[in-house]
Amino acid sequence: MSTGSAPGGRATSAPLMGRDPEPTLFELSSPGRTAANFRATGVPEWSAEELVPAGALRDEPTPVAEVSERDLVAHMTRLSHRQFSVDLGAYPLGSCTMKYNPKLCDDAVARAGLADVHPASPPALTQGWMALLADLEDALCRITGMAAATLQPPAGAAGELTGLLLMRAFHGAGGQGGRRRRVLIPDSAHGTNPASVTLGGYEVTQVPSDARGCVDLDALAARLDDDVAGIMLTNPNTLGLFEEDIVAIAGAVHEVGGLLYYDGANLNAILGVTRPGDMGFDIVHMNLHKTFAVPHGGGGPGAGPVAVTDRLAPYLPGPRPVRTAEGPSGGGDAYEWAYPEHSIGRAHSWHGNALALARAWSYILANGGDGLARVSQAAVLNANWLRHRLRGTYDIPYDRPCMHELVASATNLKRARGLRALDVAKRMLEEGFHAPTTYFPLVVEEALMIEPTETESPQTLAAMADALIRIAAGTGDDAHAAPRTSPVGRVDEARAARQLIPTWDARPT
Amino acid sequence: MHFVPHTDAEVAEMLASMGLSSVDELFAAVPAALRLAGGVDLAPGLAEADVAGRFDAYAAANRPVGRGLVCFAGAGAYDHDIPSVVHALAFRSEFVTAYTPYQPEVAQGVLQALFEYQTLVCRLFGLDVANASLYDGASALVEAVNLAVAATGRQEVWVSRGVHPHWRQVVATLAAGTGHRVVDVALDDGLTAWPAAGSPAALVVQSPNYLGCIEGVGAAGELARSLGALLVVAADPVSAGLLRSPGSLGADVVVGEGQPFGAPLSLGGPYLGLFACRREHVRRLPGRLVGETLDTEGRRAYVTTLRTREQDIRREKASSNVCTNQTLMAVAFLVHLAWLGTAGLRELALRCARGTRYCREALLAVEGVEPLSGAPVLREFAVRTPVAAGVVVDRMVEAGFLAGVALGEEYGGGLLIAVTEKRTRAEIDAFVTAFEKAVR
Repeated sequence: MSTGSAPGGRATSAPLMGRDPEPTLFELSSPGRTAANFRATGVPEWSAEELVPAGALRDEPTPVAEVSERDLVAHMTRLSHRQFSVDLGAYPLGSCTMKYNPKLCDDAVARAGLADVHPASPPALTQGWMALLADLEDALCRITGMAAATLQPPAGAAGELTGLLLMRAFHGAGGQGGRRRRVLIPDSAHGTNPASVTLGGYEVTQVPSDARGCVDLDALAARLDDDVAGIMLTNPNTLGLFEEDIVAIAGAVHEVGGLLYYDGANLNAILGVTRPGDMGFDIVHMNLHKTFAVPHGGGGPGAGPVAVTDRLAPYLPGPRPVRTAEGPSGGGDAYEWAYPEHSIGRAHSWHGNALALARAWSYILANGGDGLARVSQAAVLNANWLRHRLRGTYDIPYDRPCMHELVASATNLKRARGLRALDVAKRMLEEGFHAPTTYFPLVVEEALMIEPTETESPQTLAAMADALIRIAAGTGDDAHAAPRTSPVGRVDEARAARQLIPTWDARPT
Repeated sequence: MHFVPHTDAEVAEMLASMGLSSVDELFAAVPAALRLAGGVDLAPGLAEADVAGRFDAYAAANRPVGRGLVCFAGAGAYDHDIPSVVHALAFRSEFVTAYTPYQPEVAQGVLQALFEYQTLVCRLFGLDVANASLYDGASALVEAVNLAVAATGRQEVWVSRGVHPHWRQVVATLAAGTGHRVVDVALDDGLTAWPAAGSPAALVVQSPNYLGCIEGVGAAGELARSLGALLVVAADPVSAGLLRSPGSLGADVVVGEGQPFGAPLSLGGPYLGLFACRREHVRRLPGRLVGETLDTEGRRAYVTTLRTREQDIRREKASSNVCTNQTLMAVAFLVHLAWLGTAGLRELALRCARGTRYCREALLAVEGVEPLSGAPVLREFAVRTPVAAGVVVDRMVEAGFLAGVALGEEYGGGLLIAVTEKRTRAEIDAFVTAFEKAVR
């Protein structure tokens, strides 16, 4: 690789002022200080005692914090400097699709005409929002090969549970609600899958992976019976491998009357290549905060829409925006809120994380069909290029073309020099990159799950590979002090659990 | 417009280094029968300016609240002022573009902000432990119900009709999976009329409730204890400025909609679910929890803790499937609330209560307008009108007001009206004048 220029995704030049702890807001407080100010309203100034019955009125104000606006700004700004982010550097956190979040999406949704709309407004006042949501739904259905979608689930896990409740409603309507009690899940699945299955009222039956890292077809066949409600699959799976036998799997599950659920965590690999609908899936959730660049926000808000085939559409949550034949004035489209015929009911307080949905739509519009296809091509190219570079340095348990991410293992390094996956992760931080996902999927020992995403340049990838190779040359003893460049050193997680301090007020005095 | 940085030459070079000639070869594992012939069935990408144009059109087809549509609607989504610091700080890209803090050494910013957020939620609600937020008020209530069922080993849950109807609907939707029996408890003059006997897992009450009325939380707590049930309270964080905390009145779990602090109305999302409980339930706490600890050199540090509760470790035995939450909204909540401060929170609640009384008294003086309840209120109240509430809302839109939210049949109709600190006397006076015409 002729680089010729510096990698854009390496963060080792980030300026850090020191390693003192940042005081909490409560330490920065001074009694009587406040930043608040209120508009003049002219409303009569009744006292609290005149407004609230004595039994309900507090004796003392709720203690919050007492800081000036200037100190609040300084505090939060310093906190922000103690935080790694995609905008700072590459974030190859496997399974999380930490791609660059285009700034045009921030601006697209920063409009009073979107942000200041009350969710209980009469539909005549929200036609723009309803059109936007309907347009997004249509695009998501085209991308996944599905017939209809709900945009309500606010996260992937919420989408999973919604999808399982759709499965339950479908079987219930077919008179098979009682009999079908099991949902199959591969042993490489995300933890949310089994947890969602339990909350959906089903039992988990685990399906082992075969030597190639895919669903073991014989094991699957042995577990299929008419008490199976369905199977949840991620494809490509969490090993970053495409389930080549997906058509056979779909046939076998459908044969016993089960449904196929597509966990869209890894959808970033297949845009424009293939669609869950073509593979035979009946229910699909998407993580818009992964594939469609809604920023992760430190852990939310995301959005986890669920798309389904025709036969499941009548069960979707409501209300949903539905295009009516004609606008009230006879021109253009008009929308109303409606519940599908056999809807499972409401799945969110309102209409889902609307601004996050809008961001995803702006991203899809900007990319278009051509741009989205390019996303997956580059994501898969980047992951495979890294796989080639790391081969021989790290164990690659399933060494064949991967999709958007690769799973390496530090087993060889642990054996040779005591260097564990955890150590590699902490050393990556010193090298100016966020760490890969570690110890997942569970089927790989000392797993390092690396998802570079399509938005990292070849130069950044090369620097990342060099760093990983440099790290692998070290020993566990060297790595124990890592990271040495971060605001705090290695954090004592065991102590946090043993001596739980969940709030400032719970600290021992 | 796309965001892939690779030049064609670089792609060719990368492929060559792997002994490949086309990217397509990397997709060989995808069976030919499944391959899309025409790519993604969407129009070509747009330039940034064209995307902006599309969004201008969407926005123009909405009617946001503001000077042209003065907001008196609430019902779980409130039109409060959001100070400039919220956008400037919470939406810094370091917070916006980070992920869940799995590597605490480089995530102290988000972790400390969440620790401070958890502290504030506990103070507002009078409880010991709060998580790092859930999706929205409804999802927080679902998790509270699940916690109560697990803690008591009972399946029946009594939910007051004073709880937001949408939240109750979500609880009902998800109960199809868990098998919980949800019993609706009716209101009497706007306040929950609990059955005297039974063995529920939880009593669920909202205060101030959906109709704006301040409920008898203390009495509900005593009843819950006598029945061996938990008391789950859905509380309004703004009310913490004036009202006794639910925790001090006997609540075991308190949930809430955090929208009033830092989240714009935005058609209902993203908001954030507040969740706090007594320490004895911490092992059943859903979602992320941040705790204080030390680093190897003895410096104060923060980390997500009690991780063994969570789905990625407990898998099918986890009591919740929550993975991500609404961290960014929690940071916005923190900034807004810190800006208000101790005195500002009280002042905010007081101003809401003043405007509400002023508006309520003026409306009740209008001929034919009757109160739905005589119970005390704080920021919201309901009235019956001689003309159907839906008609009143439509007529008031013509006059430049979002007059409120029409109540469903389970409340016998009526109009739910909220007055925040934003409403001036002049706006309220104009509202009442328009209302007089609209109800004729």
